[in-house]
Amino acid sequence: MSSLALKRGGADQSTWIVSGIVGLFAILSLYIAANATDRMMGVHALMFLAATIVWLVATGMWAGKLGTRDPFDETKYEDTLVKMGVFASMFWAIAGFLVGILIACQLTWPNLFYFEEWGWTNFGRLRPLHTSAVIFAFGGNVLLATSFYVVQRTTRARLFGGMLPWFVYWGYQLFILIAGTGYLMGITQSKEYAEPEWYADLWLTIVWVAYLLVFLGTLWKRKEPHIYVANWFYLSFIVTIAMLHIVNNLSLPVNLASSKSYQLFSGVQDALTQWWYGHNAVGFFLTTGFLAIMYYFIPKRVNRPVYSYRLSIVHFWSLIFIYIWAGPHHLHYTALPQWAQTLGMTFSIMLWMPSWGGMINGVMTLSGAWDKLRTDPVVRMMVVSLAFYGMSTFEGPLMSVRAVNSLSHYTEWGIGHVHSGALGWVGFISFGALYCLAQWLWKRKSLYSVALVEWHFWLATIGIVFYMVSMWFAGITEGLMWRAYNEFGFLEYSFVETVEAKHISYIIRMAGGLLYFAGAVIMFYNLVRTALGHERINQPDSAPAASNPPAAAALQPAE
Amino acid sequence: MSDHTKDIDQPTGVETTGHEWDGIKELNNPLPRWWLYIWYATIAISLVYMVVMPAIPALPGLGTNTRGISNHSDRDVVAAQIAELRTERMAAGSALVEASLEEIETDRTLQQFAMAAGESAFGDNCATCHGAGGRGAKGYPTLADDVWLWDGTLDGIEYTLRHGIRHEDDVDTRFSLMPAFGKDRLLTSAQIDDVVAHVMTIAGKEAHDAASAARGAETFASQCASCHGVDGTGDRTLGAPDLTDHEWLFGGSEREIYTTVYNARNAHMPAWGGRLDDATIKSLAVYVHSLGGGE
Repeated sequence: MSSLALKRGGADQSTWIVSGIVGLFAILSLYIAANATDRMMGVHALMFLAATIVWLVATGMWAGKLGTRDPFDETKYEDTLVKMGVFASMFWAIAGFLVGILIACQLTWPNLFYFEEWGWTNFGRLRPLHTSAVIFAFGGNVLLATSFYVVQRTTRARLFGGMLPWFVYWGYQLFILIAGTGYLMGITQSKEYAEPEWYADLWLTIVWVAYLLVFLGTLWKRKEPHIYVANWFYLSFIVTIAMLHIVNNLSLPVNLASSKSYQLFSGVQDALTQWWYGHNAVGFFLTTGFLAIMYYFIPKRVNRPVYSYRLSIVHFWSLIFIYIWAGPHHLHYTALPQWAQTLGMTFSIMLWMPSWGGMINGVMTLSGAWDKLRTDPVVRMMVVSLAFYGMSTFEGPLMSVRAVNSLSHYTEWGIGHVHSGALGWVGFISFGALYCLAQWLWKRKSLYSVALVEWHFWLATIGIVFYMVSMWFAGITEGLMWRAYNEFGFLEYSFVETVEAKHISYIIRMAGGLLYFAGAVIMFYNLVRTALGHERINQPDSAPAASNPPAAAALQPAE
Repeated sequence: MSDHTKDIDQPTGVETTGHEWDGIKELNNPLPRWWLYIWYATIAISLVYMVVMPAIPALPGLGTNTRGISNHSDRDVVAAQIAELRTERMAAGSALVEASLEEIETDRTLQQFAMAAGESAFGDNCATCHGAGGRGAKGYPTLADDVWLWDGTLDGIEYTLRHGIRHEDDVDTRFSLMPAFGKDRLLTSAQIDDVVAHVMTIAGKEAHDAASAARGAETFASQCASCHGVDGTGDRTLGAPDLTDHEWLFGGSEREIYTTVYNARNAHMPAWGGRLDDATIKSLAVYVHSLGGGE
């Protein structure tokens, strides 16, 4: 399997294969650009064309300068990509948070932030831009970067495929650009978290299969006898996302040069497929993917063994087996047959403890190193992320109970729930991992400033609390208002009154988002200075030491 | 895996599994008991729920899905609740349809019921334009004052509700059109300036140019008085607003009045006759009438 990277010196086979595929897409996008039946498709085909040409020219120039140097030296880790991934993650985080604040303002002051002349600033277009930017652009890049880092360290092998991981990285960025600009132009297939149209979906499928190949290939040539738990989680994330993405996006384009397509499923089948996808995007993108990060970065940062091997096995298999059935709880009291709702609810309840297994394993890994919570804000960030993980994975099963759901569904409570998981769990564990990566990849003694990490931690934590509490309040308020009847059996409140009642909560939510954003900007600054090799003189003594073994030395044969 | 020598982790005294990846080891701790037992409990609860409630889909040849030992069905529950509400409302509802609007206003029980129904229906259908409580907005008349464009009586309000204003799909709709004096070149800009100056005067505001206002009075008499009246007090049969009061639907500044005369403003209200039932429309009439300006 590793034959792709066997040739020594100069551009290897993998470069030719990848460039061949890219070249094929250049021709295809030229054809579509020339025949596009709508302007939006024309724009996207030209973007594809430009990207493929840039790739081919850049590869040519790079290969010309190689000489006899082996660009994919098997005795070294592929870390350049991970470094790029760290900054891509931060870039998309800041972009995504900014759009989040903008749409929070639009909800709070709809007249002030409504720009009639600019259709692309409409809430309906910016909302998917926000969700996709934070989940798929920020979260996705964190997962790419950390998985590339972790799988190499825990297998003691260079990434498989030579040029293939580079294709995965840049192909994924191209997907993000196509998806994002599509939303702004008004291209959508109207499926939540799966808005991009058929051609973007197809491109992502190719990129994702390449990602799977890179990951499996690296595991295949590992120099460790066993596969580390983090890699099980990464693999479950990559495989399941591929399955979810393909099934939920089954559709037929109007023609090959049109941006519009029609879904294979319709009615309640479409709804169930969508929420099978939507729920498991949370389960396998935002949960198992980030648990993989937790399983490497927490034990590594605190330098302690994982708490329980047995717990990691039991909770891994129970988590992935049960999660996949829980999606129908998004469709309580709808046209979905009641038996399916029952299954969605009961599987959500049974999911509670398997979810918590990850939290227990992560937090208890600190046994014998609890002092690090006080001395190392990066560790504190990751442990607090587990606390938020535990909280939202308790809240989730609670909200899936039909009686609770009849109050919470369609209200801001759902938004609050998602954000306690997204800001608290996904955000914090990602920030922790990125802080670690910046210090380790650039081989620094410590981060540029530990004090700034403290600032980031507290600003973001207060921001999350603002967000959660205001949304609980708004959600329960409007839920109760919706179901209030007067003595004659008429609704007590009109819809607009329930919207007015949320105004203060909306302002607090927006302020929470602003605090969280401020923390991320501070982090970005800190990471840039760390990468540049700067160091504050007044570092506290507690600054954690780098624990990065030199890559070449780490690639010794297994004992 | 080291079978011979046990690898004991120092601070905790727990054995490791013997594996190591990039310096990371794993302890051989058992599953936490509390974790395991809570998990078993959630599984037990779920199984009980699945026995009690519908849980298993219809399999080919096996009829319908299971209904559980409680024989529960959301569909049946909702149908029963709606039927119950219908029966409860039937008495008051049919009395409402039969009674005249005046009778509703004098019968305390009927009136309370109509007010509750009207308020509820107003919030979800009318407040979008007329604002919560009928407070109005630019272009959408305030219903909580005593200024009426067409008719402020109970019957008049009901008629407006039923047929709408300038709603072309309803032949009985309230209809009138103010010409676009500027856009359609009926008057020159200078003439419109004069008319606006005159309107400002009769509205009790200050016209900046008395000579212009005097010229405007003549134009007003020939062009506007047929609908708005010689003295500008309007005509309700045509929905022509009183220009001498201080209420301005589209703004009362010189510039705003100029725009109105130049382009004309003919606002629309949809007919609710086919969309809401009789009892609801009557309730709405009673509710709107009560808002503060009913005649």
